[in-house]
Amino acid sequence: MNRGHLLAAGLLVASIAICAWAEAPWVNHVSDAESKRTNPYANQQEAIAAGARLFADHCAKCHGPDALGRKKRPSLRTPEVQQALDGEIFWLLRNGDLRHGMPSWSSLPEPARWQIVAYVKSLGETAPRASNSGESGRP
Amino acid sequence: MKPASFLWVLLVLAGSVPCRAQEPPYFVTYSHDLEEPGNLEIAVKSAAGTPQYGNTFISETLELEYGAKGWWTTEAYIQGQHTSNDSTVFNGFRWENRFRPLMREHFVNPVIYVEYENVNQADKSLLEVTGHDSISDFLLTNAQGRLETERSLELKLILSSNTRGWNISENFISEKDLNESDPWEFGYALGVARPLALAASGKACFFCRQNLAAGLELYGGLGDLDGFGLRATSHYLGPTVSFDIPRGPTVSFSPNFGLNDNSVGVIYRFKISYELQQIFERLHRGAE
Repeated sequence: MNRGHLLAAGLLVASIAICAWAEAPWVNHVSDAESKRTNPYANQQEAIAAGARLFADHCAKCHGPDALGRKKRPSLRTPEVQQALDGEIFWLLRNGDLRHGMPSWSSLPEPARWQIVAYVKSLGETAPRASNSGESGRP
Repeated sequence: MKPASFLWVLLVLAGSVPCRAQEPPYFVTYSHDLEEPGNLEIAVKSAAGTPQYGNTFISETLELEYGAKGWWTTEAYIQGQHTSNDSTVFNGFRWENRFRPLMREHFVNPVIYVEYENVNQADKSLLEVTGHDSISDFLLTNAQGRLETERSLELKLILSSNTRGWNISENFISEKDLNESDPWEFGYALGVARPLALAASGKACFFCRQNLAAGLELYGGLGDLDGFGLRATSHYLGPTVSFDIPRGPTVSFSPNFGLNDNSVGVIYRFKISYELQQIFERLHRGAE
């Protein structure tokens, strides 16, 4: 095997590894430091109310007004989401999951994103609708 | 399209719930914020001014911006303008695509912008300034401007950051006339903006600070391959404000001040945009 073949094989392996890494669930990409961030608005009723308004403006069209998901858009009231750390959900709002249709909400100021996290976590767990064929648990 | 079908589409669109776009209030500069997948934004952008020794004009651009993917936004424009003591003319169309090559948020986020333009020389929209664009372009009569249609390819490198509520964006523009052997032309646009409140209010309100954003834009030409630089082209600077009307459209306004003798003294810009969420899903449901 000459050097060219080795280089091609190396590039192929690297490409597969990068694709596999990119396709991994979003939560695998969250660093420890990010996931340990705490929500300054956690359990604050006023922030939850503000988060509800932001959710209605930005999130409800995909995830449903009750956050139970719509079609391929997942419910946010599954155990996977409700048991996720605040920092993990905050990371997802900032970065999105562009390949799977979840946009980045980095244009929303950080306090507004924490308010959304506070609202989502206030919803609690509920079984998704039977008609919802979404990839549950992956916002 | 049959009249009944057209009416049905209008009814569906009218029933769509608009959402507040979270884009910075820029008119020329692009940030890395793309349209959300499935959403359609309809916008009308106006630019009005009175060039020295020329007639007052108002240019209108209709934009249709669609979020094709989380990392890809496509947008079509049609343009026209009216010049006092002259006429009203159609200028042409543009089709642009913006791609985010990196799937995560970074301190600086690149976006690749590719646009095809088919616009005549009577265009006064000033959607960007490239090459040696100057005030003399505004002194052509509409009849003269319509004689030549420029088909060009425009590429932009958009670099943008969102940090502590601020958006800071830098655009590097290059444009090539596909009709002629003119050299590549270059331009720039810089913008900085911030919403007036970072946290939302839990109560319904109309004139809340969270619904307002303000910023500053600076843009101009950088000459061409044969003569690169800030000279012999126009430059503009202006404050910009936007107001997200709750459950309604977003309106933006900006006076742009010409910074040298090659620029129009003041250009007043106004934009109204309305975002329709999950438009095809809504149309599909309407058809069922």
